[in-house]
Amino acid sequence: MTSAAGLAARATEEIMGDLAAAERGVVVDSPPGAGKSTLVLAAASRLAGAGEPVMVVAQTNEQVDDLTDRLAADRPALRIGRLAAGDYVPSARVARHPNVTVATSAADLAGCPVVTGTAHKWALAGDATWPWAIVDEAYQMRSDLLLRVAGRFGRALFVGDPGQLDPFSVVQTERWTGLTWDPMQSAVSVLLRHNPGIAVRRLPVSWRLPEPAAELVSEAFYPFTGFRSGSRAEQRRMTFSAASFGKNAYDLSLETAAGSGWALHELPARHTVRTDQGAVAACAALTARLLQRGPVVYSERSEAGAPVTADRVAVGTAHRDQAQAIRARLRADGLAAVTVDTANGLQGREFDVVIVLHPLSGRRDATAFHLEAGRLCVLTSRHRHACIVVARAGIPELLDAHPSAEPVHLNVPVKFPDGWEANQSVMARLKQWKVKAP
Amino acid sequence: MSTLTALAKALAVERGAAQPCCAVRHVHVSERPLVFVPLAMAGEAGAPLAAMIGDHPQAARLLTVPEPRDRDQRFAFAAELAAIILDYIRCYLGREEMVNAREPRVRFADAPQLLLPNPAGVAFTRLLGRSTRFRRTEGPYAVPENVPLLGRWLTFFAERAEVPPSSLTLPVTQALALHWATGQSPLEDLNLGVLLGWIDPPPGLTGAQAAARAQDPVRCPPAGPATDPTFDNEVLEPRLLAVRTARATGGGRAGQRAKDALAQALASQLAPTWTLMWRAVELLRALPPGAHVSSRWDADKDAFTWHAAQIRDGGPPQPRRDSAVSAARRLAGLEKAQAEYAAQRAFDDPLVMAEHRMTGEAFVGAVTAAEPDRVDATGRRRVLRPRVTVETDDVVLAVPGTVLTSPARPSQQARVVSVAPAGDRTAVLLQLRGGMGRALTPEPGSVPETGEAVCYATFGDGFQRLPDFPAPEDTPWTHGGPPQPYVPSDDDAGEAWS
Repeated sequence: MTSAAGLAARATEEIMGDLAAAERGVVVDSPPGAGKSTLVLAAASRLAGAGEPVMVVAQTNEQVDDLTDRLAADRPALRIGRLAAGDYVPSARVARHPNVTVATSAADLAGCPVVTGTAHKWALAGDATWPWAIVDEAYQMRSDLLLRVAGRFGRALFVGDPGQLDPFSVVQTERWTGLTWDPMQSAVSVLLRHNPGIAVRRLPVSWRLPEPAAELVSEAFYPFTGFRSGSRAEQRRMTFSAASFGKNAYDLSLETAAGSGWALHELPARHTVRTDQGAVAACAALTARLLQRGPVVYSERSEAGAPVTADRVAVGTAHRDQAQAIRARLRADGLAAVTVDTANGLQGREFDVVIVLHPLSGRRDATAFHLEAGRLCVLTSRHRHACIVVARAGIPELLDAHPSAEPVHLNVPVKFPDGWEANQSVMARLKQWKVKAP
Repeated sequence: MSTLTALAKALAVERGAAQPCCAVRHVHVSERPLVFVPLAMAGEAGAPLAAMIGDHPQAARLLTVPEPRDRDQRFAFAAELAAIILDYIRCYLGREEMVNAREPRVRFADAPQLLLPNPAGVAFTRLLGRSTRFRRTEGPYAVPENVPLLGRWLTFFAERAEVPPSSLTLPVTQALALHWATGQSPLEDLNLGVLLGWIDPPPGLTGAQAAARAQDPVRCPPAGPATDPTFDNEVLEPRLLAVRTARATGGGRAGQRAKDALAQALASQLAPTWTLMWRAVELLRALPPGAHVSSRWDADKDAFTWHAAQIRDGGPPQPRRDSAVSAARRLAGLEKAQAEYAAQRAFDDPLVMAEHRMTGEAFVGAVTAAEPDRVDATGRRRVLRPRVTVETDDVVLAVPGTVLTSPARPSQQARVVSVAPAGDRTAVLLQLRGGMGRALTPEPGSVPETGEAVCYATFGDGFQRLPDFPAPEDTPWTHGGPPQPYVPSDDDAGEAWS
């Protein structure tokens, strides 16, 4: 059997080969934590090294700063331009590199072989054009934004995770449903429908997810394009420095998660309002208990063990008001350093332990929003060691009572897996790690 | 559904009457709206069966199609409808007004308003517009002169209905449900009779009882375009058959009798809805209009003026599909309009603002300290930057750096400097900018004073620029390249499935 590193290296080589031969571009699908940024950096260095200026497009300033920082550290001799809006204040990690120039106009960065910026900034960059573009998080970019940017480059590498949340619009309309250039679709789906000849490659190894997580996430959310974990089960371990007193449900859930990488902390069945105080309290208490017990994680990065600090823990929710309620409780416990955010806010981030308030917990109905596969996929694929899902009992029954009833439109490619199926698959797997809470 | 809406609905159930959920009216109601109640034949999308139309409660006109499967009769119906609608529109093509914008322009001083019972009525209007706007007025299968023109106007009305803040085309159930919460689901709110039962029950009945009564399709026929299936089977089908038989046997007096009987049956289905429509207009008119309603109606007048000019200048009918660039541009426009509309509604209406306060997007409090004359001298130029402290009981989600807007002073930016607990309340320190005159001392009233009750929101109704898109001929390769230029042809009127 080929090693994970060997698989990944071969995939990267193939992508680089495609890139050299591509007439228009290459699309790379990357499962969670599969080294997407590393690929972007390698491709940028390779293209810039070959004397072809590259524009790098990401979706948020945060993402652009991350890429700029890593590229500048990786290639100190490479001159990098950071294109930004007038009110942008360079973050410390960008400002510390002497080889990075920040400017508001593309003309001021004429000599830089690599220029980075957000898609929105690139859309305003005037008439300058580049032979190559690298578009990061391309599945989160809406096609109407690509329309504004695409005139600036000849060929492009699109990188992104198809399993995450689709871009959305506050406007509800079916006016463009079925059109190949539907502006509400992601950049990649529109690109591929107009350019079916573009090669689609996949990164086969997730370096973030531990083995049990890679299995579950791959099966539920990437049923036809599976991936494997880059680490073996015995390489990732979590232990606690403090023992538990007695056996309460929180400690049981934490120990289940430490042992197997997953836990389902199940509260009694009940229909609740969106900010279910019981579930909110459980999320906050689990987080507090986790940090009290002094967790230590062992992985291929830190074989001697590293303590899990509050900034390596996250709580994920579906709605902003739920995140707000949990944040308020954690702040009262002095745990303001724990990240609490919605799936949209956690997209692209990585933690050691993640506690998830299940989107369907306590609900009476399963709407398209709450069933969206990407939402659950983001929430359950942010962790390097363990993930604890907090939910009211009865989600499988709720799913059975609400089969997917979304209309099927002509001329719209079917997306797999659908949210209903993915949710069922996750719940079916999670039930073996169930801890009943009173 | 927000917690407040859920509460209003629960109250409606408990009290047996719809609960107002807005303090002001958020839609424009014309002095002379055109009420249009269409009926379609079951089984064939977009086949008109009858319509009741008119701009006055006492001036209902009934149009019927004795044989809806006959295309000639269908376009004869369209021609009759065109005469009425185009006459109505023509009334608004006279009076003009001057707009003093940066580029002064002339627009029509008022615009037509089309009222339909429900969103399905709008969808029917769109289908009817689509099936008529590409027809030829000469050659084979010619239609009367005014039919394609009707199609363009109906398409215009249907497209305006997609724009959230527009009142040019109003589905009445939607307008009512925006202002009242009933004790039933949003799906049930689409039934005009039931909805009005909750809002405006007849004397002696509670809203819930009136709504239950209105569910009987005999007492309260559906508001269309779909008809009641029992009516279809027991009343409509025999009369359609009678018309057909009479025509086959030579027509004459028997034919006329059959047609009259059919028209009478259809009128019995339409008349109750007609009455309900005008009752809804009265109810909406009785509400005081919100502050931004007239400026939104101005945008409708602009759209009307623009479309009238397109037709006058001989422009082509609206294309069947949007191109890549026009779709993206339209979406950007809709998103901008939606955001402005949401902000304006909250600014106009404390009950709508309350929903945003619940989610932490806005807060209401009292000013506890103010430094109205504070001057910032750190920059190149000394600038006026007053600071105020607001204490609130509301949830505050804003973090330092967030820019807030107050409905009382929409042109002023308030940047959050700090958020700190103050007892069991939250103290927010704000730094103000703009809207205070040009001097280094603020104009009177432009800075909130100590003790004043203020509201701040994380959203504003300020002007946002629409993004730039490439010209259609520069459509990039990712979106299929430049589209073929549109050349009108006889195939335009065909449908992919026909």
